[in-house]
Formats: sequence, structure tokens, C-alpha cells
Amino acid sequence: MDAQTLTYIFVFLTFSLYIGIAIWSRASSTNEFYVAGGGVHPVANGMATAADWMSAASFISMAGIIAFMGYDGTVYLMGWTGGYVILALLLAPYLRKFGEFTVPDFIGTRYYSSAARIVAVISLIAISFTYIAGQMRGVGIVFSQFLDIPITWGVIVGMAVVFMYAVLGGMKGITYTQVAQYCVLIFAYLVPAIFISILITGVPIPQLGLGATVVDGSGLSVLDKLDATLVDLGFTPYTDGSKSKMDVFAITMALMIGTAGLPHVIVRFFTVPKVSDARRSAGYALLFIALLYTTAPAVGAFARLNFVDTVHNTTYTDIPNWFKSWEDIGLIGWHDKNADGRIQYHPGAPFEGKPTYDEDRRADGSRNVTNKITASQNEVYVDRDIMVLANPEIAALPAWVIALVAAGGLAAALSTAAGLLLVISTSVSHDLIKMTFARGISDKQELLAARIAAATAIVIAGYFGIYPFGFVAQVVAFAFGLAAASLFPAILLGIFDKRMNNAGAIAGMVSGLTFTLYYIVYFKFVAPDLNSAAHWWFGISPEGIGMLGAILNFVVAFVVSRSTSEVPGHVLDLIENIRIPKGVEKPHEH
Amino acid sequence: MSDNNNKNHNYWRANIRLMLILLAIWFTVSFGFGIILVDWLNQFQFFGFKLGFWWAQQGAIYVFVILIFVYTARMKKIDREHGVSDEDDE
Repeated sequence: MDAQTLTYIFVFLTFSLYIGIAIWSRASSTNEFYVAGGGVHPVANGMATAADWMSAASFISMAGIIAFMGYDGTVYLMGWTGGYVILALLLAPYLRKFGEFTVPDFIGTRYYSSAARIVAVISLIAISFTYIAGQMRGVGIVFSQFLDIPITWGVIVGMAVVFMYAVLGGMKGITYTQVAQYCVLIFAYLVPAIFISILITGVPIPQLGLGATVVDGSGLSVLDKLDATLVDLGFTPYTDGSKSKMDVFAITMALMIGTAGLPHVIVRFFTVPKVSDARRSAGYALLFIALLYTTAPAVGAFARLNFVDTVHNTTYTDIPNWFKSWEDIGLIGWHDKNADGRIQYHPGAPFEGKPTYDEDRRADGSRNVTNKITASQNEVYVDRDIMVLANPEIAALPAWVIALVAAGGLAAALSTAAGLLLVISTSVSHDLIKMTFARGISDKQELLAARIAAATAIVIAGYFGIYPFGFVAQVVAFAFGLAAASLFPAILLGIFDKRMNNAGAIAGMVSGLTFTLYYIVYFKFVAPDLNSAAHWWFGISPEGIGMLGAILNFVVAFVVSRSTSEVPGHVLDLIENIRIPKGVEKPHEH
Repeated sequence: MSDNNNKNHNYWRANIRLMLILLAIWFTVSFGFGIILVDWLNQFQFFGFKLGFWWAQQGAIYVFVILIFVYTARMKKIDREHGVSDEDDE
């Protein structure tokens, strides 16, 4: 069977599985809808958290980004894993003991203020929507790439599936579909990685293969060969970075504390039975995440090496088919600058922007690029996102592996989208409707409101998936900066600083959020031509500014809280209570 | 009541102590080895990797996982010693 038929079969089977689970695990109360009744096993929650966390960006884009950034890709590897240490040690156990449904719940109760709750809801919705639009787009791209249907239809099918299990099952449905989705996505990631590691080094474990000797008889290790090859072509060595140390530090820190402040991740720790389970669950979550995150740098390095070996100095007539099929959809482009009929790969952009073609083909069958040509020696344009998707083809792996990768990419995008949709709908139905505007409503009414909010959020997210803003992909990374500068300090201080009061927390959140948003919007949209190290504050790029935003939040919160009224007695009792694991309310059995 | 307060106070101090030790390790392997000292560490070889690069793209992540499980196990013991364990809740 060909790859396309297999892809249809794999996608159909996995989707049926997700929907089957959703029907089995329908939610019947708000408690089940919001936090799965608090009865999820820590290992299952760890898997669900891992699937929730690893989005289309982790699965599809990250290895490709690392392939082209080399050492600089470290910011994502450490930034998107190290946050779990902070989460496990500083936040998760205490929030579990607090035991309500949402992050704004904690902030509103701890700071005895509905204003604080509303600031938290606004931050949460801003963070989650920027994040989710990218996921729906990812669903669309995988569908159109592998199943040959328009992106719009891909997004609609994805929306329908998420609708089934998010609206019916709530957190309970999402949790168990995410467990299944984790299994699909990790299998789909590891299989091609293991194949390629064996092909290049003979070592079946990619994490070790990255340091092993290449089997081409050169006697060099993968990284040494990559360094040497890239330096030959005029690139900086793979294992050296080009970002400044300060910027690498700031981006890593912003991503770490942003991770710990992301509402859809935090809320997963409300679903386990006990405080000790929340700690253990964070460990399992990171273990399951690390399986992919330690494989990704190997996939990236192998892909770069394979790409250079296959493409550089090859004539167009000898180039494998994958090059031509990605060229046709504009994710690879080639312009033969020196007219020698061979493809040359060097640093710099080959031409301006993404490739566009006219109808003509040259004698060797290659496309005619109509972009403005640059002065660099480089002749190849390659989109970073294709590396993971094209890897099985580049390494000439069997068709079922290609189909598997498509199913894995969809699992990654859908699981994250569902988790985000749930926190958005929960904060609308619980924090805005139940706790702020219509306090008297019954549990049944609140559950209905939650389902309507989830359905509405899916439609909005789908709209952004079909008609994306040009800047969606960039904005996703900034969700972390916003979370780092707004929610993370407020939650942390709420647990560890007994004297932090309502005024301090609100002033801190508002100033952190405003500052970070201003910096990002200024450099990305108002004055993009000034977006370079010379103009950045302390040499920190907009990606890393969340670190300064968080520091500002801490300082403002501290100063304001020390010069305003003291924390009331019942809140002090609450703080004492969440610091002690003993006495969690009994969970619901599944 | 004041005896209970005192007990909880000691529990909290033990918790903070453990937390600070683990966070110091967290900072050292990631920001220390992976970023600040990476160039210096790169002069050493480690299973075919430059050592600094290995810490940045592999080692730090392994240590993160270990840190959380160590925290979980140690806290279980501290919880029990101070009589605040959630295991009695069932």
C-alpha cells in the first residue's frame, strides 16, 4: 500500500480511538468537567500532561529549528523542560492542596479580590488563544500535506474531533484521550528517530547515536562531522551558537518560568487525588516529555547531516523525489545561481521571501524562481518545519513510517488544542459566569455554560486556523513571556510570601503584563527594523523579555504590598493550610 | 495549638531547605553548565560530545527528571516525620 492510503488508515484508526474514549468517559458534573473529579492516577496524569504540553510545535517544528540553530536550539530544549522542576517544587503541590478548579480561582481567593481574579482571567485568555491558533493551523497543515485535502477541511475535521471529546467529556474525556495521544505521538517520534540513528551510526538509541561515530568510514563522530561539514560550507560550527550568552540565558529563563505559569499545564495537577500525587505526577510528566526532548536534538543533527549530504552539489536530475514534492508546494526552493546544474548549499538566504514560481520549467525539470535573488552563494531555500515531516522520506524509510508521523503530528496538535480549549471554557463558565456575573446558577447550568463556552472557543480557534494572522507562529512563543510576567509571580508569591496582599499582586501582574506586551509589540510590530541586539534592553530579545517582565512584577508587587494594608486573618489561615499536604478532600472514583 | 504551629513551622523550614538545595542543582546544570560555562566545558570530550554541548542538549534534561523524583521521595519522608503526610487521609 502507498503512504497516502496508509495515512488514511492510521488517522482513521487513531481518531476512532479518541472518540471512543470520549464517549466512555463523559462528564456528568462540573467537578468532572473541570478537574476529572480529582481522581486521575499520577502516571496517567503524567502522560496526559506530556501530550497536553507537547504541541504541534514540539513534534513538527522543534527538531527542524534545532537542526538549523545548532547550539542555540538549547533554549527550547532546556527552557521547555526545566520549567517542570519549578512547577514540581514551587507550585503544583500547593495548588493541588488548594483544590479548586482554575488558576484564576487560586489568584481570586488568595488575593481576596475579584479584580485580581479578572486580571488573571484576562491573562489566561490572552495566553491560551495565542497558543491555540497555532495548533489548529498545525492540524490543517498535516491534513493538507499527507491527506491531500485543503487546509480548511483539515481544520474543520480537527475541530469536529476536538468538539466531540472536549465538549462531551470535559477534563475527564480530555485526560484519557491525551493518554492515548501521548502513546501515538511518542511512538511516531521514536520509530523514525531509531531507524535514522541506525542508518547513520549503527546505534539504535538516538540519544547515544548523537555522540557516536558515523558509519561512512571517516571515523568522525556525528557532531564532529557536522561541525566540519558546516564550516566547509561557510556556516558557524553546529556546536557553537550565534546568540549572545545574555540572550540565551534570558530566553531559557523566560521559557522555563513561562512553562510553570501556563494555565493549561497547571490545571492538570488539579486532577490527581493527593498532594504527593501532584509531585510524583510532575516527575512522570517530565520523564515522558524528556523522552521526546532528548531525542529531538539527535533528530535535528541527523536531519541536517542527511540534508547536506543529499542535496549539496547534487544535480537536479539526481535529486530524490521528496525534494521535488516539497519544492512544488513552496517549502523548498532552488535557484541555480552559478548555472552549473548542481545545487549548492551555503549560509544566507538564496532569494528574498518564500519561493514563488512562474509556469516555465528549465531543461532539467526544475522550477523557475521569480523572487528577487540575493548576492549570497546559497542556492537553496528550505522551510525549517519540514525537517521532521520529511525525515522519513529523506532517509528512505518505509511508507508506514511516513503514515505514522502524520498520525503523531495530529495527536500532538489535537491534544494541546483540547487542553487549551478546556482552560478557556472553564475560566469563562466558572470564573466569569459562576464567580463574577451570575453567582446563583446551579451546577447543571454551570456545566451547560462550560459546554457552550468550549464549543464557542473551538469555533473561534478554528477560524484563526483557517484565516491565520501572518504573525501567529511568532506570537506562540510570546505566550510564554506573558505567562512568565503575569501569572507565575502572582502564584509563587501567593504561596511563599505571607505578606503579599491584593494590591501588590494586582499591581505586579498589571505592570509585568503591560511591560512585556509593550516590548514585544514595539519590536515586532511597531518598529521591526529596530529589532536587533543594538536596540534591545540589556541585549535581551523580545523572546526573552518575559524574564525582565517577571522581575518587574516581583519588584512592584513587593514594594506595593509593603506599603499597603495587611493580609486578613482568614487568608493567612488559607496559606498555612495549602503549605501542609494533609487533609485533601476525597476524590471521585473513576 | 502553639505546639502544632511549631511543628508546622519546622516542616516548612525543612521543605524550604530541600527546595533550595535542589534548585541550586537545577540552576548549576542548566544555566551554569549549559550556558555560562559551556565554552570552557567544550574543551572536554564526553562519549563523542563536547561536554558543554552535552550538558546543554542532553545532560541538563536528565538531571531535571532525577531532581523531581528525588524531591518526591525526600518530601514523602519529611511529610511523615512531621506528621503532615497525606497518606493518612485515606
